[in-house]
Amino acid sequence: MADRRDALMKLFSAKGVKVNTNRGQEYYDNLLKQMQDRLNELEKTPAASKMDINSVLEAEGLNRRDFMKWASAMTASLMLPSMFTPVVAKAAELFNRVPIIWIELQDCAGNSEAILRSDAPTIDELILETISLEFNETLMAAAGHQAEEHLDEAMKTFKGRYLCVVEGSVPVGDGKGWCTIGAKGETFQEHLLRVAGDSAAVVAVGTCATFGGVPAAAPNPTGAVGVQDIVKGKPIINIPACPANPANITGTILHFVLTGQVPELDHLNRPKFAFGYRIHDNCERRAHFDAGEFVEEWGDEGAQNNFCLYKMGCKGPMTFNNCSVVRYNSGTNWPIGAGHGCIGCSEPNFWDKYAQERPMADTHFKAPTGGVEKTVDEFGLGLLTVAGIGIGIHAAISAAAGKKGE
Amino acid sequence: MAEHIIVDPITRIEGHLRIEAVIDDNGVITDAYASSTMFRGIETILKGRDPRDAGLLAMRICGVCTGTHYQRSIEAVENAFGVTIPKNARIVRNLLQGALYLHDHTVHFYHLHALDWVDITAALKADPKAAAAEAFNWTDEPWGVGEGELKAIQNRLNKFVEQGRLGLFANAYWGNKHYKLTPEQNLIAVAHYLQALDMQREASKMMAIFGGKMPHPQSIVVGGVTCVQDIQNPARIAEFKSLLTKYRQFVKRAYLADVLMAGTVYADEALDGTGSGLKSFMSYGDFKLDDTGFYSAKQLFKSGVVLNGDLDNLIPLDQSKIAEDVSHAWYKDGEPLHPYEGKTDPNYTGLEKKDDGFAYLKTDEKYSWIKSPIYDDNRVEVGPLARIVVGLAAKDEKITQYATGFLTKLGDKLGLGKAAPVSVVFSTVGRTAARAIETELMADVMMEWVDELAANVASGDLSTWTEFDFDTVSKDAKGYGMAEAPRGALGHWVVIKDGKIENYQAVVPSTWNAAPRDYKGRMGAYESALIGTKVADPKEPLEILRTIHSFDPCIACAVHIVDTKGRELGKFKVNTSCSI
Repeated sequence: MADRRDALMKLFSAKGVKVNTNRGQEYYDNLLKQMQDRLNELEKTPAASKMDINSVLEAEGLNRRDFMKWASAMTASLMLPSMFTPVVAKAAELFNRVPIIWIELQDCAGNSEAILRSDAPTIDELILETISLEFNETLMAAAGHQAEEHLDEAMKTFKGRYLCVVEGSVPVGDGKGWCTIGAKGETFQEHLLRVAGDSAAVVAVGTCATFGGVPAAAPNPTGAVGVQDIVKGKPIINIPACPANPANITGTILHFVLTGQVPELDHLNRPKFAFGYRIHDNCERRAHFDAGEFVEEWGDEGAQNNFCLYKMGCKGPMTFNNCSVVRYNSGTNWPIGAGHGCIGCSEPNFWDKYAQERPMADTHFKAPTGGVEKTVDEFGLGLLTVAGIGIGIHAAISAAAGKKGE
Repeated sequence: MAEHIIVDPITRIEGHLRIEAVIDDNGVITDAYASSTMFRGIETILKGRDPRDAGLLAMRICGVCTGTHYQRSIEAVENAFGVTIPKNARIVRNLLQGALYLHDHTVHFYHLHALDWVDITAALKADPKAAAAEAFNWTDEPWGVGEGELKAIQNRLNKFVEQGRLGLFANAYWGNKHYKLTPEQNLIAVAHYLQALDMQREASKMMAIFGGKMPHPQSIVVGGVTCVQDIQNPARIAEFKSLLTKYRQFVKRAYLADVLMAGTVYADEALDGTGSGLKSFMSYGDFKLDDTGFYSAKQLFKSGVVLNGDLDNLIPLDQSKIAEDVSHAWYKDGEPLHPYEGKTDPNYTGLEKKDDGFAYLKTDEKYSWIKSPIYDDNRVEVGPLARIVVGLAAKDEKITQYATGFLTKLGDKLGLGKAAPVSVVFSTVGRTAARAIETELMADVMMEWVDELAANVASGDLSTWTEFDFDTVSKDAKGYGMAEAPRGALGHWVVIKDGKIENYQAVVPSTWNAAPRDYKGRMGAYESALIGTKVADPKEPLEILRTIHSFDPCIACAVHIVDTKGRELGKFKVNTSCSI
């Protein structure tokens, strides 16, 4: 018991992988200088699209002040001090210099759909109009040979300068040859390697492109993997979640414009500005967790009072993402707000580890090998399991304490 | 000499689709093949999992008709367990699915389909003043297309074109002579294309209110829904209604008006039946209007089958008559089987590389990842047109009212002196019009549903979930969730044993529509609809896109059909136990 209590204390006092938001003046001065140099350099390069942010603002009847308000909000969400606001604004103005080629592999188009609903402030939408989105199968007008020709042309014109955004996983096992694209029957793997090969950097959006996602769930019938398992020698940024939050896609692209580099990443190549948060730490129901007030079954009194969903299988304590802060669909709601636990969709292998409606401690897993299922103890999920059980104990203890209080 | 063309990728759809067509010297399509070139294996992945979690994973079949797979999967499990959900849950699910219809149909028309009818470059030549006046020909209250707005949009377009790179609009079919709208009409449609980008974001908020997020909502569970705090807060329901009210205006004043405009200009193609295809239709029925439980509740959309365009003969639906054939699909051969008995082993035989450097479908053999579903040994089409046709055959009051309303307006515009004949719906144009007609119906009935939900909650009913004893009901059960996705009839079949999924099958709208030929060599709906279409320029697949897009393809949905009986799939041995 003492061990477990220690583990629990450690868990809640640990610094974790949180973003350090105060790194000292010297660090920020250097970073600012680096960003300014990068932007000056970028300003000299020929524009991918001549449409600039000012003309868009003008056409939309917005003024410079609206734009600066947006830039200052974006600066904060990138976890930079406010002195960076002018640089962020300038980066947005240079957005049109970075062409984007967006390809789809083993996907459901959920991330393309998500970017369509890109968040308020609506200026994001305008920015998306001013970047040079050269290729996206879900939205582009041309098809067939004309689409392929345009892809070739854009890759040639912007060789070494475009961002390759990838949606969907890549089959490399049995299914390697099963999926093709284009009149020549190029396999998904060949297609990815070709398009990523001439890019400046690769952005994997959604959990399929980052970690294999749905197709890679046990028993992974096609041998699906994420982009980082295939593409080598290129900077790769992972923006997982199912689908990725459009705010995080926009933030990442902006960071690339700012610095010409990938943002600071965690051990899973996820930008820390978005994935440095743990859902649980910023959850609107956190106070109920601390008070030991839990939803015990769907639709009960606890549910009517917005109690903590841990016992209904919420994986907020194991999941790093900023949904609890940014939320979805222009901040309208998020899964925990709608009364359902988090399913850990920005974590690797979440379909086999987290995507169920029971707490970690008493769930059964489908083993990745497709064999006999095991309980969590046998499965040995390591630290996370300890954490899960630890929280389970807290849940039990606090519930008991709550009852005593009555 | 006849030309054999490949269109791959078909863009502006969900998923990966290839069309091959043979075009004769007169520019007429004489043969066509539809192939899906992507495979994931989601049913295999679902096996062995807890049936209560299946909906979350099954939803990821598709990110466009997101949420509808979620509901069907959960309904299949509820059907297996014999669980009837509370009234609040039924209405919330209807509202979620209804919001999906509104969102999906408008995004389809403006962002995935419109560029087949609308020439963006022609809009640059329009006179904004004349265009503003033109808009009044199609509705008494045009949406957002006053002279000032149109001028601003045209200026914005001009700047975009002048800067040299057209991005997503590059290398398309602008100037093709089969674009028939006037410059002014094109400008109206382009304005709505841009405005719809904003509007669809509002529609997605409707889904997020009760669904948590969109795409991929997360508030439905076996037995009910979880969004208790969203339904018990009157402000939240009012927020939904306010979004709906505005969207309903957009549907009536922009979407419906634009479809009437395009339908009138392209009426010759509707009257001559271009893109008619199979003319046999099926609907599973959807949107429960009372709480009497599975497949007994009254529904907004009727179920049934209509064969060969015979509206006087509605055949009642019997799910046991559904079977899937794999003669031309990349699976090992076998008899057509009912989804409960589905038996499918991947057998990829690939494409054939020819001297011209292209890889062609082996059309005599197997050529798609989509199976060929048949209903009582008939090939049928599903989707909004099927729902309208089945509704008309069932003499459903609401469907008849909305369909007749549109045909009357169309007849008036065409100067027929009476309503346009019902037969015009058997066409590519008709398929597109049917989608708009039901969107208007949906926006209207949803206003009533929101009030029904508010009234029920106000009466003190906060129940959102029906309790069941999982261990008892999940020992040995099977069930199906059959309803109507925006794209058409969608069914999930599940077999459960000892608390786990033993077999899982989904037969989705695009399985019915995008399927290859069957064991008798009969074409699928896409293939059949392309035959006889006149192509202006064989190098430009504009007319092919037009007809294929009229079905609203959703191909990732269609391509996940893997099911097994003791088959070896890679190094993972999948055990057999499907005994039904």
